[in-house]
Amino acid sequence: MQDDNDTDGHAKRSPGAATKFARGEKKYWLDEARNVRKIYVGLWIVCALLVAADLFYEKHIEYAIERVVGFFGFYGFVSCVLLVLAAKQLRKIVGRGEDYYDR
Amino acid sequence: MIDSLPPGWLLIFGGLLIPLVRGRVRAAYMLLLPLLGFLQLLVMSHGDLLQLSVFDYSLTPVRVDRLSLVFGYIFHIAAFLGMIFALRVKDTGQHVAAFIYAGSAIGAVFAGDLITLFVYWELAAISSVFLIWARRSERSYRAGMRYLIFQITSGVLLLAGALAHVHETGSLAFDYLGLSGLGGWLIFIAFGIKCAFPLLHNWLEDAYPEATVTGTVFLSAFTTKMAIYALARGYPGTELLVWIGVTMTAFPIFFAVIVNDLRRVLTYSMNNQLGFMVVGIGIGTEMALNGAAAHAFADILFKGVLFMSMGAVLLRTGTMKGSELGGLYKSMPWTTGFCMVGAASISAFPLFSGFATKSLIISATAENHYTFVYFVLLFASAGVFHHSGIKIPYFAFFAHDSGIRCREAPRNMLIAMGLAASLCIGIGAFPALLYGVLPFPVDYEPYTATHVITQLQLLFWSAVAFAWLNWVGLYPPELRSVNLDSDWIYRRLVPSTLAPVVRAGARLWNGVLERAGRRITITLQTVHRYHGPEGILERTWPTGSMALWVAVLLAILLLLYFF
Repeated sequence: MQDDNDTDGHAKRSPGAATKFARGEKKYWLDEARNVRKIYVGLWIVCALLVAADLFYEKHIEYAIERVVGFFGFYGFVSCVLLVLAAKQLRKIVGRGEDYYDR
Repeated sequence: MIDSLPPGWLLIFGGLLIPLVRGRVRAAYMLLLPLLGFLQLLVMSHGDLLQLSVFDYSLTPVRVDRLSLVFGYIFHIAAFLGMIFALRVKDTGQHVAAFIYAGSAIGAVFAGDLITLFVYWELAAISSVFLIWARRSERSYRAGMRYLIFQITSGVLLLAGALAHVHETGSLAFDYLGLSGLGGWLIFIAFGIKCAFPLLHNWLEDAYPEATVTGTVFLSAFTTKMAIYALARGYPGTELLVWIGVTMTAFPIFFAVIVNDLRRVLTYSMNNQLGFMVVGIGIGTEMALNGAAAHAFADILFKGVLFMSMGAVLLRTGTMKGSELGGLYKSMPWTTGFCMVGAASISAFPLFSGFATKSLIISATAENHYTFVYFVLLFASAGVFHHSGIKIPYFAFFAHDSGIRCREAPRNMLIAMGLAASLCIGIGAFPALLYGVLPFPVDYEPYTATHVITQLQLLFWSAVAFAWLNWVGLYPPELRSVNLDSDWIYRRLVPSTLAPVVRAGARLWNGVLERAGRRITITLQTVHRYHGPEGILERTWPTGSMALWVAVLLAILLLLYFF
């Protein structure tokens, strides 16, 4: 944590405040591609375990379809994939250059 | 004595004195005001504390009950946290504006009649625009102008509605209003503008990201939640709100996925969260209204953390574009951590605040057999995790390393984020604390095996969807772009259709000028510089014409009332 006095200006474009350098600095755990892979695989394992967990308790729930094992996982996954694919199409319709309103 | 001081006045009038104090005294003073205001609420009596008679009408400038108190508490907390965050801002005007803004939002939730509400409503609108203009750029000036037009229109409709309402019912009291008459509809639309109903929403996404680093934090807390309070007071159980709310939860998340400016992503997600609250108000049962109030409370805190962390990034790097950020966890580890707490809270992870509050609303939809709404809200919950929970922290702090190395956020900002993040976890871990101040008694247990496991399934599978789409390269990259939304109508369509008319008018004007005497022409050439085709008035004329239409609207409504 560092202390300083330069917070009076707001969103001042101050390229000096942020520097770009990457050489010769500390290597972080996430910089290794295989560690990112570990997280990715780990995520799938957690997801599988959560579906398995559905077998070990009684669901108290409103709608019959929600009793299907892993229903919420399936619903979340499909929702997000559809959301992103739809948003990509939306970008084709509403996407414009950054200076659209300034022209 | 305490009862005779209207809530909010301490901040409004106390804020005006800020220019008189300097240095550490000013800092202490700025933190003391919201604390004193909060204490005042704790010891105040309940009921109509102040009543006035104006002509034949009775006004109730201060009415204290459980619904107004829960919003009063959180507004004071938001003002306190926001002030810590903004403590080192040297621009005194911003502090004064923020205090008047916070104070008028507080005043509004304790207003017992429509006229008092209108006064605070407008004061909040006018004071808040200075937080946008304080960025002092052409861009923020224009965005602030568009913001102001929406806010003032809302105020005008509220006043017109109040007049129509008093004509219909003979009462100015701000209680249940309903959609039975013209007054009810006008006030409904006035609230709807500030609550960012679909098609009335775009001022939010347009203006908030253009405000200052600290200004956006204040803006995110008050205006929209004041509108949520007003809807909960005036229109509980109005079924139309369920359908409006469910639309609000769904459509902004598609935009949020493709927007590049990360603070703008947060405004779309705020629009989505407001949708949940509006659905709760529309259902209108005690549980659903509790849910709306509780979620507004939680939202102010987690949205506060998220806007603060993005503000800190903007302050340190000078940019808010997802396409240019990434890898900042190396430079700003604390900010990263707090941002992730906010992200987990908005996504409703167990042990974080959203889990304890949003579920009240979602459960209420199922209990009241709004099956379609229930499943859309589940979709929106997955979606909000996708863009607010993952996209924000991922593109700012992780993703590909942008190579940007900067300092950690200033200490006061870290303290503000830390406090807000602790409250998010506090509410999530001990929901009874928040449930205890809700308008109605709460009979709900969020931590059941079913709820925890189904929620974790929904969230983790959403996360894996994001990871998988990224892994296989299907995820749309962050692009430097602008996305058209309903603002296109008034920023492009209307201006381009009317431009020929204006040009013709300008030509006629020029012709008249030429015929006039030479000396007058010379004098008027100065005027021409502003009125001519290339002049300032020509360039900003959509603003002027909108203001005119607002005036015309007001005039018509006044006439309607008169007859």
